[in-house]
Amino acid sequence: MSDSPPETQTAESLEASPRFAPAESRRDWLGLVAICSALGTFVVALIGALRLPMPSVFPESQSRMKLGKPDAFPLGSTTNLKEASVWIVREEDGGMYALSAVCTHLGCVAMREEDGSFLCPCHGSVFEADGAVVAGPAPGGLPWLELSVSADGQIVVDKTRTVAPGTRLMLETKPV
Amino acid sequence: MPDAPTKPPAQQDETRRERVGGEGRHERRAGDPGAIRDYTRNLLRAPRAIRDSIVRHGAPTSDRARSQTVTSNFFLHILSVRIHLHSLRFSTTLGLGVITMVLFIILVITGVLLMIYYKPDVNEAYNSMQDIMYVVPTGRFMRNIHRWSAHGMVACVILHMARVFYTSAYKKPREINWVLGMMLFVLTLFLSFTGYLLPWDQLAFWAITIGANIAQSPREITDALGITQSFDVGGAQKELLLGAHYVGQEALTRFYVLHCVVLPLATALVIALHFWRIRKDGGLARPAERIPATPPGERKAAGSSKTWGLMAVVPGKTPAVDKELANTVPAYPNALYAIAALSMLTVMVMLILGYFFDAPLTEMANPAVPENPAKAPWYFLGLQELVSYSAFAGGVGIPAIVVIGLALIPYLDREKEEPGRWFSGRDGRRVAIYTAIFTAVVTIVMLALTVRYGWLRNWYPDIPQIVITLFNPGTVLVAIFALWSVATVRRTQSTRYGAIALFTCFIIAFVIMTYFATVHRGPNWEFYWTTSDWPTH
Repeated sequence: MSDSPPETQTAESLEASPRFAPAESRRDWLGLVAICSALGTFVVALIGALRLPMPSVFPESQSRMKLGKPDAFPLGSTTNLKEASVWIVREEDGGMYALSAVCTHLGCVAMREEDGSFLCPCHGSVFEADGAVVAGPAPGGLPWLELSVSADGQIVVDKTRTVAPGTRLMLETKPV
Repeated sequence: MPDAPTKPPAQQDETRRERVGGEGRHERRAGDPGAIRDYTRNLLRAPRAIRDSIVRHGAPTSDRARSQTVTSNFFLHILSVRIHLHSLRFSTTLGLGVITMVLFIILVITGVLLMIYYKPDVNEAYNSMQDIMYVVPTGRFMRNIHRWSAHGMVACVILHMARVFYTSAYKKPREINWVLGMMLFVLTLFLSFTGYLLPWDQLAFWAITIGANIAQSPREITDALGITQSFDVGGAQKELLLGAHYVGQEALTRFYVLHCVVLPLATALVIALHFWRIRKDGGLARPAERIPATPPGERKAAGSSKTWGLMAVVPGKTPAVDKELANTVPAYPNALYAIAALSMLTVMVMLILGYFFDAPLTEMANPAVPENPAKAPWYFLGLQELVSYSAFAGGVGIPAIVVIGLALIPYLDREKEEPGRWFSGRDGRRVAIYTAIFTAVVTIVMLALTVRYGWLRNWYPDIPQIVITLFNPGTVLVAIFALWSVATVRRTQSTRYGAIALFTCFIIAFVIMTYFATVHRGPNWEFYWTTSDWPTH
């Protein structure tokens, strides 16, 4: 405790005191540069860190599936590839197409009804036999997947490649 | 030091000897027993010395010592030394914040215990869950408690938000704490959502499939604009979440990391900020003093005779000493007893729920066959009802509008008002009741109409997809609620009453939607009056 009465410091007197005098402009500028470079470093580091979780290679390397010889799909048959949620339709004229049963709404697997239409159990979207959406929240029809024939004569479906609805794989029906 | 304690003579003697010993280091010669004697004495007194190095004040037997305990104990310093009687009243807070915090602690403890046996691997996860349920000692019990506490935490966060809102506790200077609370609300929902996948059962797999596709639903908008090729936000979000295009090992790993590390840490950080802001904003929002101050000579006398230390520079020219001090009591033990009682009650309820009600575990995840009906947990069912009309509006658009709208409330309603009064009085209560009735009628009519007559695609089969994407029954409800709120502002000339109208709309609609989707939605998301009407095959 000093002998002199304690100095009452109001906000105004604090501001007026030399210790709180505004800094010189050069010092301001250097401070600004320091803060900006620190922020810049953090932002670059953050972008680098955030880049990592965005995958550039996906685990599903095998999007193409061999389904066997065309004979495995008799004329006028409908085959369900359960593992892939794909329906293979072979029509009477030999034309063939693959329909993904994954609902375009939120990814549930639509179930094929007896009349050939598809019904999604999650939110009730209804699709016709050719995949066109007729009811419910689905934003689009069931996708048609690309079919091709491999070198060894097997039918190949690619789950990641869609084709325009109506694009069928025409196979020559060999007379046996 | 005016109040330096006078030490008993023995202790004074000891102090002197210590000093001599300290100097004697240089003077003593080898063989002198002094240092060994000191050493022995220090060894014998070590327990007390260790205690004194941790606790730097006397036993909490006086108000002064208890105050020192509160300020110097790390775990107690979130409390102010004295607390107003109104803050302690049950009707001020309903104890919901403390209960939520206790539930979070229970979740951390039981969660760490579950991590000891759980294996985040698609082939092992389900088996390890079965181990936890049937083999691990108390495993089933801990999992049940974890699940019930998670549900309880979501419920308490929502109720706490409603309490804070209806008692005007979001007003200046507490705006930013309301926003932090909204962040905790969202974090709690994400914690629940990420925890949902881990059991790797049917329920988990399909709920996460739906959730991840909701994250992808902005693609409906970019598709409509034809820019998905170059600007695919939805796809990027789904890839970020799942690390693949389907729910598999990558997704399980990511959800495990989010659920066990990232989100709990973020939540703990925001909780710390939330508590710190309570103190910085002047303690709990409480009703202003309306009960007459205790007559002079009673409690007041004790307060005003004391000199209160100035803990920080306060605004204004004189420190606000003794303001509303009359009706305060020491936080230790009054607030501590309240917190202890709430904690005990919460733990007790969770133990009872965990003992008697098992958390479900359906069959193992089967990517080929969806669960039917695939229902999300109750707090997401209202959203699932909206999503069943269109994914983007129901799953992204409307939730974003609601969360942003709620966060903006303290910035749009800036009427000055003492906090702590439920519904801001009788008029506000009337606004809330009218709004609740209005919302109930509008929401039920809307749901009944869609159940009876379907929605846009049933009426106009060739309607453009963008209309279906944006024009959801939820969109209509949000628009009606916004109009109702604006009408209330006009009618009452008060933004506070408008805010009450808006908040009540969302709470009531949330409750009705949740009830409707829980009880009246069955297989294929069709309407059923009761579960017993569900088709049996």
